[in-house]
Amino acid sequence: MSVWDTVIGQSIVPLLQRTAADAASMLDGGSAGAMTHAWLFTGPPGSGRSVAAWAFAAALQCPNAGCGQCAECTEVRAGTHPDVAALTTQGLNIRISQVRELVPRAALKPAKGRWQIVIVEDADRLGEDAADALLLSVEEPPERTVWMLCAPTAEDIVPTIRSRCRVVQLRTPPYADIATYLTTSEGVDAEVAAFAARAAQGHIGRARALATDADARARREEVLRLPFALDDLRQCLDAAASLVDTAKADAERHCDTLDAREVEELKKALGAGTTGRKPRHLDAAVKDLEREQKLRRTRVQRDSIDRALVDVLALYRDVLVVQMGVGAELVNDEMRPSLDRLARSSSPETTLRRMEAIVAAREALLANAAPLLTLESMALTLREG
Amino acid sequence: MASRTVDPLAPVTVVVGPEALLSERAVAAVVRAARQAAPETDVSEIAGAELTVGGLAEHVSPSLFATSRVVVVRDVQDVMDDVGAALVAHTKTPVEEIYLVLVHPGGVKSKKTLDRLRRAGALEVKAERLTKPDEQVAFVRAEVRHAGGRIDEPAARQLVEAIGGDLRGLASAASQLAVDAEDGIVDTDLVATYFEGRAEVKGWVVADRAVEGNTAQAVEQLRWALQTGTDPVLVIGALATALRALARLAGSPRGVRDADLARDIGVPPWKVRVLRGQLRGWTPAGLSRAIRAVAAADLAVKGGANDSTLALTNALVQIGQARAA
Repeated sequence: MSVWDTVIGQSIVPLLQRTAADAASMLDGGSAGAMTHAWLFTGPPGSGRSVAAWAFAAALQCPNAGCGQCAECTEVRAGTHPDVAALTTQGLNIRISQVRELVPRAALKPAKGRWQIVIVEDADRLGEDAADALLLSVEEPPERTVWMLCAPTAEDIVPTIRSRCRVVQLRTPPYADIATYLTTSEGVDAEVAAFAARAAQGHIGRARALATDADARARREEVLRLPFALDDLRQCLDAAASLVDTAKADAERHCDTLDAREVEELKKALGAGTTGRKPRHLDAAVKDLEREQKLRRTRVQRDSIDRALVDVLALYRDVLVVQMGVGAELVNDEMRPSLDRLARSSSPETTLRRMEAIVAAREALLANAAPLLTLESMALTLREG
Repeated sequence: MASRTVDPLAPVTVVVGPEALLSERAVAAVVRAARQAAPETDVSEIAGAELTVGGLAEHVSPSLFATSRVVVVRDVQDVMDDVGAALVAHTKTPVEEIYLVLVHPGGVKSKKTLDRLRRAGALEVKAERLTKPDEQVAFVRAEVRHAGGRIDEPAARQLVEAIGGDLRGLASAASQLAVDAEDGIVDTDLVATYFEGRAEVKGWVVADRAVEGNTAQAVEQLRWALQTGTDPVLVIGALATALRALARLAGSPRGVRDADLARDIGVPPWKVRVLRGQLRGWTPAGLSRAIRAVAAADLAVKGGANDSTLALTNALVQIGQARAA
């Protein structure tokens, strides 16, 4: 089992493996080859950018080029390797304070003697000031420090940083590769795996959720009924409200227990509940944490709505495929009769306008628009065509 | 005001509430009363967070020179637990000529200590925020009366509309008017001479005018609202809520009881009749267009456009056109 096994459907892997070998030879005093100090992993959401970055990090730390068995590989996988730091955020933005904590770390010599690696997942969530704080270190890191940034596209990173990085472009993994992965590693039935891979449109995490979680499948089905229930004003508003409610429920399921546990752990760490006087700054620390958790909740909600919109968008894409008669593979093949009906009752122009409305709604949500209002407006536009 | 009629001089007074003006007045009333009883009275102030048990004992033990003393503890919610207990103990066995005033901004912090202080016999003075317009009007009338004047209800209401809910502003305006009025009678003309315009326009006022088809007034109210610091986002929210309720009412079946309808739409029952009135003149297509206009304005306000006032004004005009269409 190699560390690269988790990277699914990427033709670029051999190149990265060669680079890891170059890096190893550089450590032994050889030439650097393709190895460099800053990497930018790009690829569509769910293509496994951060997984690829972590695999590459393991391969660099491992004396056997990423065997997946040794202590180094295991530690990287568990996130406990002393020379691999990660900056992640579950909120909407990476704050400058987080970056400032990380930069001194990048200046350290590797404790285990190979590489000091800093991985920034969601580098697209770096604000401009946070990116500036990162710039100096990314530009000229110490000899053995390697930066790995992950973002959907290279354009999501400010040019000053982008130009210092070597870009590793991942593709949308082929459906077949995802399905194979689901059957082998998750033990999912082949038919379900094929459906999940197709329905997730190449998003590995989503495919895994659809393949293993019946609830996720049920919610997706419900979302896909939306275009068929937009007959009058009232139904449009109800559809929008139900999307928002589902997202809220999603966020609650995902965040409630997590939030409570985090608060509990923080209090314990600060010494609350023991005898003696109440620790100072306890309330302030808890409040900080709660603020963070609220941001995460917003993001989970927004992501959930976005997922739903992507599903609906794919449905209209299928309708367009049917209308144009191009015979490409349908994402929602199992809904063929309904798709045909929708295709007959509208023109390709209408379908395109509807797709544009969905894309506009996604962009509006990204720009912090009010979710319910945006979805209502979208549903009304979908109805009018 | 309660503090003016009750004898304010109690061994321990707790002033509870977020309204700074009222709590300051309560503190001042105690100090004044103490000074009246003994002109030599010493006044000291301590922040709750800095108070220790020893410090408290020092402050509240009888003085060698037997002067009367007022000890004001600010932010009593910040005191440590042992100090809280000491305060309660002191309340149970007060010391003569020592007057303790504990200022608490309300809220849940240290609520337990507060309850124990109350049970121990501390005099409580409330300093709640006056949020309802009627309370604010009553406050203005009391203020003017206190300053030796008289004001009728319409004039007081006009003053509240012009100044807003800030009690400090209202209090100073009331005393100014009472002094300036001939023979102390403040009427609407006098208020209009000194104060013009409106201090606070809430988003829903704009929304109501807009959905009633009164575009000109809606725009005027919008300007007032933005001018006085109402967040454009709140106006958008009010517009969206108003249109959403109308659209839901338009889509609801006939012959449903108002109470059920109210639950279904998500508004209080009395609102249903108002909504029915507002719904006259709207078509489903018009509502759809109006909602989309508001959504576009929302995006503009959130950073999609340079000028949120223009975006909102546009939305109001489009709502008016959608209704007329």
